[in-house]
Amino acid sequence: MRKIAIYGKGGIGKSTTTQNTVAGLVEAGKKIMVVGCDPKADSTRLLLGGLAQKTVLDTLREEGEDVDLDDIVLPGYGGVRCVESGGPEPGVGCAGRGIITSINMLEQLGAWDEKYAIDYTFYDVLGDVVCGGFAMPIREGKAEEIYIVVSGEMMAMYAANNICKGIRKYAQNGVVRLGGLICNSRNVDHESAMIEELAKKLGTQMLHFIPRDNVVQRAEIHRKTVIEYEPEHEQADEYRKLSVAIDQNKMFIIPTPLEIEDLEKLLIDFGIDS
Amino acid sequence: MLLRHTTDKIKERKALTVNPAKTCQPIGAMYAALGVHGCLPHSHGSQGCCSYHRSALTRHYKEPVMAATSSFTEGSSVFGGQSNLLQSITNIFTIYEPEIIAVHSTCLSETIGDDLGQIVGKAQDDGLIPEGKHVIQAATPSYVGSHVTGYANMLESIVKYFARKSDKLKKQINILAGWVEPSDMRELKRILKLMKIKNVLLPDTSDVLDAPMTGKYEMYPKGGTTIPEITSMGDSLFTIGLGEWATRNAAIMLDNQCKVKFDIEDLPIGLQATDRFIQTLSKAGSVSVPESINDERGRLVDVITDMHQYFYGKRVALWGDPDQLIPLVEFLVSIDMKPVYIVSGTPGKEFGKRMEKILEERVPEAKYKNGANADMLLMHQWIKDNPVDLLIGNTYGKYIARDEDIPFVRMGFPIMDRIGHSYFSTIGYMGSIRILEKILSVLMDKEDATCLEESFELVM
Repeated sequence: MRKIAIYGKGGIGKSTTTQNTVAGLVEAGKKIMVVGCDPKADSTRLLLGGLAQKTVLDTLREEGEDVDLDDIVLPGYGGVRCVESGGPEPGVGCAGRGIITSINMLEQLGAWDEKYAIDYTFYDVLGDVVCGGFAMPIREGKAEEIYIVVSGEMMAMYAANNICKGIRKYAQNGVVRLGGLICNSRNVDHESAMIEELAKKLGTQMLHFIPRDNVVQRAEIHRKTVIEYEPEHEQADEYRKLSVAIDQNKMFIIPTPLEIEDLEKLLIDFGIDS
Repeated sequence: MLLRHTTDKIKERKALTVNPAKTCQPIGAMYAALGVHGCLPHSHGSQGCCSYHRSALTRHYKEPVMAATSSFTEGSSVFGGQSNLLQSITNIFTIYEPEIIAVHSTCLSETIGDDLGQIVGKAQDDGLIPEGKHVIQAATPSYVGSHVTGYANMLESIVKYFARKSDKLKKQINILAGWVEPSDMRELKRILKLMKIKNVLLPDTSDVLDAPMTGKYEMYPKGGTTIPEITSMGDSLFTIGLGEWATRNAAIMLDNQCKVKFDIEDLPIGLQATDRFIQTLSKAGSVSVPESINDERGRLVDVITDMHQYFYGKRVALWGDPDQLIPLVEFLVSIDMKPVYIVSGTPGKEFGKRMEKILEERVPEAKYKNGANADMLLMHQWIKDNPVDLLIGNTYGKYIARDEDIPFVRMGFPIMDRIGHSYFSTIGYMGSIRILEKILSVLMDKEDATCLEESFELVM
């Protein structure tokens, strides 16, 4: 089983990219589990066709620790096993602790039992890695490959660089490695070349460049992945290409995060200013 | 040798603390709350915190210490402790019927960001607090400050919640007690009575944590400052806070809220600090000092002069809390002892400044340090490097006392292996005599046990 975590700046399109990529892998016959690690619990919406899912932490709150796996793992598009960690409402409690609790609980309940013959687990993690809880998916060899969703916007690149710092910390004593950057285009000038360069500086690769297309938004409104909503659309092919790239990826490295000055220089060199 | 791995080689440490000279904030919060009549402390956090803090107090005071807990589960840590605290408040008022619940936070509830003010406000809005009953709260994360900080925070909360100004000035003064024993609270009240000054003492743990055995268990013993008394503090003439660390915040709160002016004095330990305290009392209450108090002072001076030869030049190491250490060190210097090593785990820059002033002229070789890195290991290493004749501090010093064979006087918090502190005060002139008695006893016991036969004295 390959264990993958997707990180990136808030709002960059991690959940959308993850679910579309998962749909691509499903088409290729893979068995997949998606673990949403975001208190908003919207990481599996496109696969499940809605937000109907009961989260792991909801059940913990309502039923104590006596939880049945079938209550929290729901089958989604193409049989994908979908789980949402959930978490407290905004402004109270500790969402980070929630992720730790919920992943531990899934392990105890045997969510990764061999009988499910899972080929891939995807952890879809909320925005920036603000505390230890959000790093849970990369601790103790849970996820072994990280992909960072990024765009040519400065703050997205800042965030990607910060996430690399977190990965580096855990990679040095563990198995987690960076698999590459996924550029989710925001139509910034020279975006592809700039992210290629950022990837090079981090010691990794740009795995795929996903162009911007409104079909993604249309599919989202209909609670579907592009692959399910308009399978013939060329955007669907982009996600298929990404899923193939992940499936065939062999480049796993410990990233070398940039100093802030270097990062800013990169932006200037690629002519955001010119 | 229990501490045989301790060497005299002192290395600069950045992070490690070994055998800290302090404990958790909530212990102080609990102790302050117990000095209010009919008050049940409540620990907002996991159940283990509450158990530890209660037992730490019980080990020192040898009394049952009651406190409730929000008993956090894993779910509470994720979703916040609001529902647990609301349920606790309901249960406590139904089952245990205190007048007041004094809620303090813990490391866990602070870290997940629980807002005690908001939760208590909700309890009020939801009607969970019965008419005439009260819930107060203080933030007490243990990773900030020490047990003294927790005491100060809770004291401030008590004053903030209850003290009110009416249009009628009361001819009384407020005494905010620092962290002292029930016996010391009793002694403060005795002195104030001798001075004929009407007063409110807050908190007052006498008759709470030194309650007599009557055969009947009282969950809320008769002692403790009452709510009407605390309320009336807003109408007092003046406030005297005893101890910078423990009482300044509460004194400022009273001033801001009710415009009662204040003075912060040292705890009246030793001759000079007691002199200052009595002077301040005399001024604040516009009374002259009665002869009986002058007589007590005279007796203290008499003991000092009679026994001066045994004090002179003796090197002393001390640890504990700043409010106690400052007047105690000043006292030792005044009787020609040499307090050479002083540590306190409680942070605060004022400590170093006060120590410098007290020590620079008479004991220039003295080493002192406070804050997280000032621990018992450092103290022990200093002693190994250049020994002392006497140790004064809480029970945690007994390992050093045994290994280094140094006479040891127990003072401060906690004292878990001797009794007496609950009953015999160490403040005021009489309390200072007791300090000298204890010092002399251990020094002379050592002399008697180890001196040459030809130097063995019947009369000392």
